[in-house]
Amino acid sequence: MAMKGKIVVDTEKCKGCEVCIPVCPTNVIEMSKLVNSKGYHFMEQVREECIGCTNCALVCPDGVITVYRVKV
Amino acid sequence: MTDKELSYCPGCGHGTAHRITMEVLDDLDAIKDTIGIAPVGCSVLAYEFMNIDMQQAAHGRAPALATAVKRLWPSKHVFTYQGDGDLAAIGTAETIHACNRGENIVIIFINNGIYGMTGGQMAPTTLPQMKSSTSPNGRDTGTMGHPLKITELIAQLPGVHFVTRQAVHTPGGVRKAKKAIKKAFEQSFENKGLCFVEIVSNCNSGWKMEPRASNVWMEENMFPYYPLGDIKVNGELISK
Amino acid sequence: MKGNEAMAEAAIRCGADGYFGYPITPQSEVLEYFMAEEPWNRTGMVVLQAESEIAAINMIYGGASTGKKVLTSSSSPGISLKQEGLSYLAGAELPCVVINVVRGGPGLGDIQPAQSDYFQSVKGGGHGDYKLFVIAPSSVQESADFVKKAFDIAFKYRIPALILSDGAIGQMMEKVELFEQEERLTDEQVIEKYGSWATTGKTADRERNIITSLDLIPERLEDHNKQLQAKYKKIEENEIMFEEIHCDDADHIIVAYGTSARICQKTVQLAREKGIKLGLMRPITLWPFPKKKIAEYGDTKKGIPTPDEVLTAFEKHFM
Repeated sequence: MAMKGKIVVDTEKCKGCEVCIPVCPTNVIEMSKLVNSKGYHFMEQVREECIGCTNCALVCPDGVITVYRVKV
Repeated sequence: MTDKELSYCPGCGHGTAHRITMEVLDDLDAIKDTIGIAPVGCSVLAYEFMNIDMQQAAHGRAPALATAVKRLWPSKHVFTYQGDGDLAAIGTAETIHACNRGENIVIIFINNGIYGMTGGQMAPTTLPQMKSSTSPNGRDTGTMGHPLKITELIAQLPGVHFVTRQAVHTPGGVRKAKKAIKKAFEQSFENKGLCFVEIVSNCNSGWKMEPRASNVWMEENMFPYYPLGDIKVNGELISK
Repeated sequence: MKGNEAMAEAAIRCGADGYFGYPITPQSEVLEYFMAEEPWNRTGMVVLQAESEIAAINMIYGGASTGKKVLTSSSSPGISLKQEGLSYLAGAELPCVVINVVRGGPGLGDIQPAQSDYFQSVKGGGHGDYKLFVIAPSSVQESADFVKKAFDIAFKYRIPALILSDGAIGQMMEKVELFEQEERLTDEQVIEKYGSWATTGKTADRERNIITSLDLIPERLEDHNKQLQAKYKKIEENEIMFEEIHCDDADHIIVAYGTSARICQKTVQLAREKGIKLGLMRPITLWPFPKKKIAEYGDTKKGIPTPDEVLTAFEKHFM
C-alpha cells in the first residue's frame, strides 16, 4: 500500500522563496523558469514520485501549496 | 486566515506562524471566542490575515491590552502576537508584568533577532557580531550588551505556566510548533497561567540573505544562542 | 467623601466594568478606594494596579476595544505618560474615561493643585489632530456626577473623555449625593449594543472586527481625520456646558473653571457687596469650549479681566 500524491501550486501567490525545495523527500519539485505576474519564479512539480507527505505545504510561509494524495 | 495575500517578505517565518496559529484556533473551534492583539512591527498587519477579532496595540503594549481583555472577558481566548523589538525592547515591562501576574493569555513571540518592519535595525535579541543597519560592523557586546534571553527570563516567574521555543522552517518544526501553540491555548484557557511560545524565525531581508540561506544561517547561529525545546512545562522549569 | 473617593464610587455606581490605575499623589485614593471597596464583589467590576501609567492606558485601550466601560486615573506626570495611549484611543475612536487630578508642573513639580495641564488637555497632548471630551468639576458633587456624564458622552460619540480635576478637589471632603447603582451590562448586552465594532469574538454571523488606528493608505487616513473632525464639530454643537453667576447685569465677567471658579465666585460676591458689577462665567466642558457664549459678552460687557487684573483691582479698592 503506497501513497500517491499530487500538488497544486497557486503560482500567482508563490513568492519564489524556495523554502519548500529542500524539504521534499522525493525531490519532485523545482523552481520554474517562468515567472508569475509579480516576477517571482514559482515552484512546480516536475516529477511524478510525489507521495503526498505535505512537507512542502507545511513550510510554505504563504500557504500556496495544496496537496492531494490517494492510496494505491 | 483571510484570503488576503501576506505582506511578508518571501520565505519569512511570520506567514507560517500566522497559519499554524489560525489552524490551532480552528482545531479548537475557538475562532468565535478569540481576541488577538497585534503589535507594531512586521506583523502589525496581522489582523489583515488572521480572520478573527483583533486589536492593534501601540508598540510593545500588547500584553497590557491582553491583560485587560482577558480580565474583562474571562471566557475568551486572548493572545498577543509580537516581534522581538516589540516584546523585548519597548514592551519589556508589559511583558514581564503580564507574566508575573500570571495572566491567562498566550504570548506568541517571533524572534528574528532584528527589527524587520523598520528596515533591519539591531534588536535586543541581535546576536554578538551580527550585522544590522544600526550595528553595521556587527553588534559590539562591549557597548551594546548581550542578546536578551527574554524567554528564559520570564520562565523564572511563577505566574508563567508553559514556555517553549520552536521554529517553523522545517516540516517537523512546524508540526511541533503547532502542537506547542495548541497546548498554550488549552492551558491558558484552563487558567493555569501565562503560556509563552517563542518562534525563532528568519528575516532574510534584514539579514540580507536568500530565504533558504537564512534558514541555514539561523540553524548555525541563532539556535546555539536560542536553543529550541520546552523551557517550562506545567509550571516546572526543565533542567537542561 | 473626598473628591477622589467620590469619583471611584461614582464609577462603580454607573456600572463601570474595569479600572486600571497606578499610584501617584494626589490621586492614589481612587485606586485605594477601589481596592478597599472591592467592587468585584458588588458588581463584578475588575480593578487592577498596573505596572505603569503607560501599561494602564493600554489596558484601557484593550478593554475599551471590547465595548466594556473602563476608566483610569492619574495626575499630571502620569497623564503625560498616557499621551501616546490617548492619541491611539482617539484615533481608534474608543470610548473610555481618563481622570487627571492635576498637580503643579512642569516636571515633577509639586503635589499642590494646579491648572497647568489645561493646554495639554484641550489642545491634545499626544501626536495627531484629535480632541478629548474634557469636563472640569469644581466640587466633590460634580466630581461624582461627571464620571457618569463623561462615560455617557464617551459612548455616545466613541470618544475618550477626560475629567480635569485637581489636587484640591481630589483631596477635599464635601457632602455628595450619589446616584443609584446602575447595573453593569452583561457580556451579551455589550455584544448586542457594541458588537458592530467591538472585538468580542468573531461569531459566524459577522465579519471580524478590527480595532486599529493604523491606516497606511494616505487617502483613507485623510478621510478618517475628516470623519473625526466632523464628529468633533457635532460635539461642539451639542455638548457645551457652562455656568453663569451674576452675568446678566455684570460690567466685567471673570472666566474661570474648577478650583479657580470657586475662588472667583467669592470674589464676585465681595465685589458685589462693594457695588462692583462683576460676574463669573464658569466653563464646565473645557472642550467643547463655550466660545460663542464668551463672544457674546464682547458686545455688552466692558471686559473679561484675568485673575491677576482682578487682584490688582482689588488691591487698589480694598487694601
